Amino acid sequence: MTVTETTSTSYASTKVRLTPEERRERVLGGVYFALAAFVFVFFALDPSSADDATFNLSLGQDRFDLSWTFEPRLIAIIVAVSFVVIGILQLAVGFGRWTNMVLGFSMLLFVIAFLGWAAGGQAFSLVGMLSSMVVLSIPITCGGLTGLMCERVAVINIGIEGQLLSAAFVGTIVGSSVGTWGGLVGAMAIGALLGFVLAVLVIKYQVDQIIAGVVINIFALGLTSFLSTRVLGPNPQFNSPGRFSTIAIPVLEDIPVIGPMFFQGNIFLYGSLILVFALHYGLFYTRWGLRSRAVGEHPKAADTVGINVYRVRYRNVTLAGLIAGFGGAALTLGSTGRFEENMTAGVGFIGLAAMIAGRWRPFGVLGAALVFGFARAMQQKLGILGTPIPSEFLAMAPYILTIVVVAGLVGRARPPAADGQPYVKE
Amino acid sequence: MKLELRGITKRFPGVVANDSVDLTVEEGQVVALLGENGAGKSTLMNILYGLYSADEGEILIDGEPLTLGSPSESIAAGIGMVHQHFMLVPVFTVAENVILGIEPTNRIGALKQRDAEESVRELSAQFGFDIDPHAIVENLPIGVQQRVEIIKVLLRNARFLVLDEPTAVLTPQEVDDLFVIIEQLRAAGKGIVFISHKLKEALHIADRIVVMRQGKTVAEVDPSATTEQDLATLMVGRPVDLVVHKEPAVPKDPVVQVEQLRVFDDRNQLAVDGVSMTIRAGEIVGIAGVQGNSQTELVEAITGLRTPLAGRILLKGEDVTTVSPRQMHKRNLAHVPEDRQRSGLVLGFTVTENVVLDSYYHEPFSRGIVMDWGVAHTEAERLVEQYDVRTPSVDTELKSLSGGNQQKVIVAREFSRDVDFVVASQPTRGVDVGSIEYIHARIVEERDRGAAVLIVSSELDEVMALSDRLLVMFDGHIVAELDPATVTNAEVGLHMLGSGAGSAAPAKEDTP
Amino acid sequence: MTESDVSEPDPTEGNAGGQPASRSKLYQEITGVGGRARDALLVPALAVITALLIGGIIIALSDVDNLRLFRTDPLEAMNETISTVWGAYRSMFVGAFGSINAISETLFAATPLILAGLAVAVGFQAGLFNIGAEGQIIIGGMAALYVGFTFDLPGIVLIPMCLAAAIVGGGFWAGIAGMLRAKTGAHEVITTIMLNFIALYLTQWLLKTTVFQQPGRSDPISKPINEGAQLPYLFGSEYRVTIGFLIAIAAAVLVQALMYRSTIGFEFRAVGANADAARYAGMNIVFLTVAVMFTSGALAGLAGANQIMSLPPYQGSTAFSGGIGFDAIALALLGRSKPYGVVWAGILFGALAAGGREMQGVERIPIDLVEVIQALIIVFIAAPALIRSIYRIKTADTSAVQITTGWSA
Repeated sequence: MTVTETTSTSYASTKVRLTPEERRERVLGGVYFALAAFVFVFFALDPSSADDATFNLSLGQDRFDLSWTFEPRLIAIIVAVSFVVIGILQLAVGFGRWTNMVLGFSMLLFVIAFLGWAAGGQAFSLVGMLSSMVVLSIPITCGGLTGLMCERVAVINIGIEGQLLSAAFVGTIVGSSVGTWGGLVGAMAIGALLGFVLAVLVIKYQVDQIIAGVVINIFALGLTSFLSTRVLGPNPQFNSPGRFSTIAIPVLEDIPVIGPMFFQGNIFLYGSLILVFALHYGLFYTRWGLRSRAVGEHPKAADTVGINVYRVRYRNVTLAGLIAGFGGAALTLGSTGRFEENMTAGVGFIGLAAMIAGRWRPFGVLGAALVFGFARAMQQKLGILGTPIPSEFLAMAPYILTIVVVAGLVGRARPPAADGQPYVKE
Repeated sequence: MKLELRGITKRFPGVVANDSVDLTVEEGQVVALLGENGAGKSTLMNILYGLYSADEGEILIDGEPLTLGSPSESIAAGIGMVHQHFMLVPVFTVAENVILGIEPTNRIGALKQRDAEESVRELSAQFGFDIDPHAIVENLPIGVQQRVEIIKVLLRNARFLVLDEPTAVLTPQEVDDLFVIIEQLRAAGKGIVFISHKLKEALHIADRIVVMRQGKTVAEVDPSATTEQDLATLMVGRPVDLVVHKEPAVPKDPVVQVEQLRVFDDRNQLAVDGVSMTIRAGEIVGIAGVQGNSQTELVEAITGLRTPLAGRILLKGEDVTTVSPRQMHKRNLAHVPEDRQRSGLVLGFTVTENVVLDSYYHEPFSRGIVMDWGVAHTEAERLVEQYDVRTPSVDTELKSLSGGNQQKVIVAREFSRDVDFVVASQPTRGVDVGSIEYIHARIVEERDRGAAVLIVSSELDEVMALSDRLLVMFDGHIVAELDPATVTNAEVGLHMLGSGAGSAAPAKEDTP
Repeated sequence: MTESDVSEPDPTEGNAGGQPASRSKLYQEITGVGGRARDALLVPALAVITALLIGGIIIALSDVDNLRLFRTDPLEAMNETISTVWGAYRSMFVGAFGSINAISETLFAATPLILAGLAVAVGFQAGLFNIGAEGQIIIGGMAALYVGFTFDLPGIVLIPMCLAAAIVGGGFWAGIAGMLRAKTGAHEVITTIMLNFIALYLTQWLLKTTVFQQPGRSDPISKPINEGAQLPYLFGSEYRVTIGFLIAIAAAVLVQALMYRSTIGFEFRAVGANADAARYAGMNIVFLTVAVMFTSGALAGLAGANQIMSLPPYQGSTAFSGGIGFDAIALALLGRSKPYGVVWAGILFGALAAGGREMQGVERIPIDLVEVIQALIIVFIAAPALIRSIYRIKTADTSAVQITTGWSA
């Protein structure tokens, strides 16, 4: 070993700086203590928490009648104490691989305490809110899966918002003319068409991927608003496409809590869940999936083994558009039954966030979409409950949550390596 | 069986990359294709592999002409290529990488994982490679990754293999292992094209050597009848000095002291693990080591680009451990980074803008926040003249310059100031031989002017020739301090692998 | 490690990089036009014309009643179509340039567009995508609003105060995204879009608080600003355009000087061109990322201030940003991220807006069509190859606009 000249070095003079992991653990520890204090002060001490709250876990027509009545103050104190314990454990020992699970669990505790406080003195249909969560998450899931399929072949698709909006619009018009199934087909077709346009712009003309996506959004917003005023306004018969009816699955729908959430939906619910499974299998267990992922990670390598990178990208981005079309149709044919200007209100971007939070994996997208759906469901329900929090702040919740997610507070993940870069063959 | 390229010509805008090139490879034969950067070797191979199409000429196997419009067609013709920068998907397993493009599937397109793994194991055993099909490629050492590439090619029944600069990232021992593999392939009847700019290796392994220069084949020689000096002259077109001329060093006071430095890499794993060294004014200290042993992180820590976890760095007695790059710059550090296009230059900027890239913020280039482009312009012109940078003007965008000239711009920028400490990483990577001579001379000049110089290079010849004192870095430690004048390449190579004389660590095993 | 050019021949070695300037440097700077005047202007001009053409087709096809008429009386229907489209564009032109009032309307509409376009352009030059101009306009506008109705001072003092508030407000809002990008690598496209929505809801709430809300009203309308904060008219009180337009031009001049003649601008451009090299050269990337976003947001904030201070009844509502933020992206692209290009693009878009209003009022064609036309213009600018293949022309500039490099910082 090399001999150092100076011998005055002692370990006292060597400073050790914190690793990013250690820093994160300390931040989390502090967050837990802060949450404990917050829950205690605002939820436990609030006078309305003395009144019992009731969470209804079943809907009227279910066979079992489940509900949970409790004193919010008690729950809040339990949660606050839990946070203190978790905080101590985090700082003293750390949770290692389980850190994110613990964080997720803590968020769940916080939400329970929060809902308990908000529902003080009232009955509150928790299962209703959970069902709402699932329904609201459907377009987010579809948007996220669209984004995922595109990014797995290294194409960033910012235009999902535009695809959803256009699909909602076309679905409405076509649905009003030829019925709901026709509307669905039309919506998926326009989604695929816009996907194809994105692919052409990005692959053939090498337009910057984000610019191309932004263009699709502006174009979709402008055109649908324009046509909405000019065509739908004077011709309201084009704005009543009908809706797909609910199909309950016989035995499964009676499972308490889970039943009403997942098995009493329309085709959009079942379709999106099937898509999640299908995409997972496809991406990781088939030849199509292997080649697609290769294109996304190392297109040059794929090229040198004879895979046509351009064709894979065109195909996947267009197919992804079908999913976007499905999601857009869900907004009209699957829920409200009419089109309104700019009805997507950012849902496409939340879908992108779900994709990032879900680490570019289909089940991850589903999980993240449910969380975002929960935030929106909470906003709606709390408006009814009448909490002192202004509804505008609750409306902000999904967007703040998205920022928190992309800022990596749930840990970083690696996107496909070639993401965002055009592939240039010499 | 014979592979022939006849009269291959390929033109790009402004240059003829291949000018009527002829090349013949027979089965069971190793042909070395030598040439410096830009000579047209890679273009020729890309044509052979179907990535480019030739403007003129033909390719024949056993007298039958082939059309090679895509890699698939080349593969089908039995031509396999092992690229210099591996064409492996880092996050896939070995098996997934090997079968990509020829996947065994059942009727609905589902992958047959087990069949894939079987194929890998069979071929692996046949050549004694010992590779685990489940291993994730990015976790494998470079030498093993190269073998995965070879298996890929063999699985597609390649009869001719093209190896493009295969030894660029290997230690001397791994190079020996590769030569054994090449022997086996030759014995199995494969024809091999070995592309390199390393003269020693070509002489060692080849049955025939073809030299290219500026797009033409200028010579075809028998290795036993030629020398390195002859080859170098053929490659460059004029007699080349392969030896760095320098006076013995006269080191003075220590300028830089590094003590027990520990540094994390980007993945928050310990990269540099307790490195200490001293560099004196007027001496060149070289760090040898295979890329990936944390030399990069060490250099980043010393130049202020990365905060060390623990340890100290002293510059002229002052503690600069956590000081920023700008502050190091102000303390007369010159840094030639290892990846000039990514870290050293802004390709979209002009020569002038690049020249002032790290000094724009003070006089005379600016006053307060106002830039004085006139002064910058003049200085750029002066430096272009002095350092012989070939460029149409100082307002040319840097991307139009060749690699060697780009590097000269960096060297000009760094060395034209008062400098106490020089750090140069891979200073002549991708640079033509003429410029290499020039840059080496400038480095020695700085040393003689009293600067402390640290060279990091994975080109063993370069670092042996330039250094006054040689350190070897392995696995984040300095494992040896050697005298370049007396030690042999083989000894250094052993240290680079961690198994040099006097080391406690056992020789590094290949990952099973 | 990373790619070296060992294996690539350099086909362009020794090529001439630049053409000798045939006009003075100042002219080049202002118009963005050099020796290749034809190329530089041809594509944008054709882009605009083509977009207008497609807009005309959309107008025609969206007239459902008229389309029905085609079945029974095609000649009449054709006539009707032509006159509708012609009428639409004629009124658009009149609305934009047909009178002093029209010109005033054009410049009036151009003002916030120029400022917002500069905001996005600054971001682009530094490699950052500021899609959040909308939110920054809102926050900046609200800040100016607050200062405007809280302090009752003469204009000489109050106007700069309001503008300063807008700069700080908009800059801060964008700075959040900048900080997130610098410290966590969160891509500013997502964060700025989210901040847009947050700004929107925040404003809705603020306008109902007692601090902001106009006494006596229950809808989200704010108190009006004091007289001192109102921007004076440029051409007299008959015409709507105010000195806000001059502020926008001044901002463009400042941005030009900043980007090309200052050290900070050099740093911005270096970070945009190659952040790694900038870091190695000693530049502080964290600081610069935040600084770029702040500057960008500040400019957008000024646009918001203009909306409050130039437009009677000088009060805040939930819609005062009006989609300017997204138009700004088109502007920046059209102007090739150069300040003077943005000015011209802003005037063009102002013309489209003013003309569009006339078109909506007289011919009753919804103004959303202008959005569509703008989107088309962006596409044609960002992909010059499209224009070239449509019109089969050759230009020297073959590159499409490339700014994105993926999600990672």
